[in-house]
This record gives sequence, structure tokens and C-alpha cells, in this order.
Amino acid sequence: MEIKWRHDIDQVLKDAKTERKPVLLDFSAAPM
Amino acid sequence: MHVREQAADFKRFGERYGAQWTPTILELDPDGMEQHRVEGFLETPEFLAQLKLGLGKSAFKAKQWQDAERQFREVVDRFGQSDAAAEALYWAGVSRYKATGDANALKETAAAFGSRYSGSTWAKKASIWK
Repeated sequence: MEIKWRHDIDQVLKDAKTERKPVLLDFSAAPM
Repeated sequence: MHVREQAADFKRFGERYGAQWTPTILELDPDGMEQHRVEGFLETPEFLAQLKLGLGKSAFKAKQWQDAERQFREVVDRFGQSDAAAEALYWAGVSRYKATGDANALKETAAAFGSRYSGSTWAKKASIWK
């Protein structure tokens, strides 16, 4: 199961609603 | 989203979803409703087991009983040593009961706890089905 990480969260939530897909929302403090 | 790289989003969505610690991973349904939460770091197998458990919970809330059972059974089969497995076994039994209306699904689940995860909270919860 591939996870396509995105950073445009508002758009992600809109797309999820339209495409009926679940979302993983990651709150992170890990070094980038 | 990163606490520093996306500070504004982190604050806004952290408040919306009550995320007050990192790492926190939320599984949301397509309408943005939280289905499952993983707080704190987990090694990969434990993390994957939690994600799969969340998919099962999401299907369960949608009353997709067969899909829910399949997701929960996969947690037990693939990640049987994980902390999520006992909870998944419990909900797999409930999902089968919901799908079939057959109380034997609950009895069989209680019996299964006799040989696995017998010290878990989920085994105690299932004990009423014996």
C-alpha cells in the first residue's frame, strides 16, 4: 500500500471528499 | 505536516483534531472525520498493524462488515505479535457477528482468546461471550 504524502492539506481534504478516499494526517517534528 | 516547516497548518489542524503531541498520525475518512489515532513513535510492524487496524475501524463505522473483518483478520494474521492484534481479533469477531447475525461468531472469538492474547484487555472483554 503506497502512501502519496502531500503538504497542501486543505486541497487534500477536498480531494478526499470528492474522490471518496481516506487520508492519513501526520503531525510530525521529525528532522527533515 | 511538520511542526516548524508548516507551523500555521500544524497549529490550525492540531487544534481542529486535538493533536497535542508528535508524532501523531490520524486516519480520516473521506469526509475528514477521524477514524483512528496513533500517538507516539512505533517500529514499522507495529505502525503498519495500527494503520490496518484503522482501516478496519473505518470499514466497521461504514457498516462494511465483511471488509472490516478482512482488515482485522489481516492484522492478526500478518502482525500477530503486535499490540494491535488482540484488539483486531476482538473486532473481527464483532464484524462477523454483524455480517451474519450468528452469535457463534462471538463464541468462537472468545474461544480464540483462550490460546492467544489471554492476558489482554480484549480477552477480558470477549470473555462475556463464552
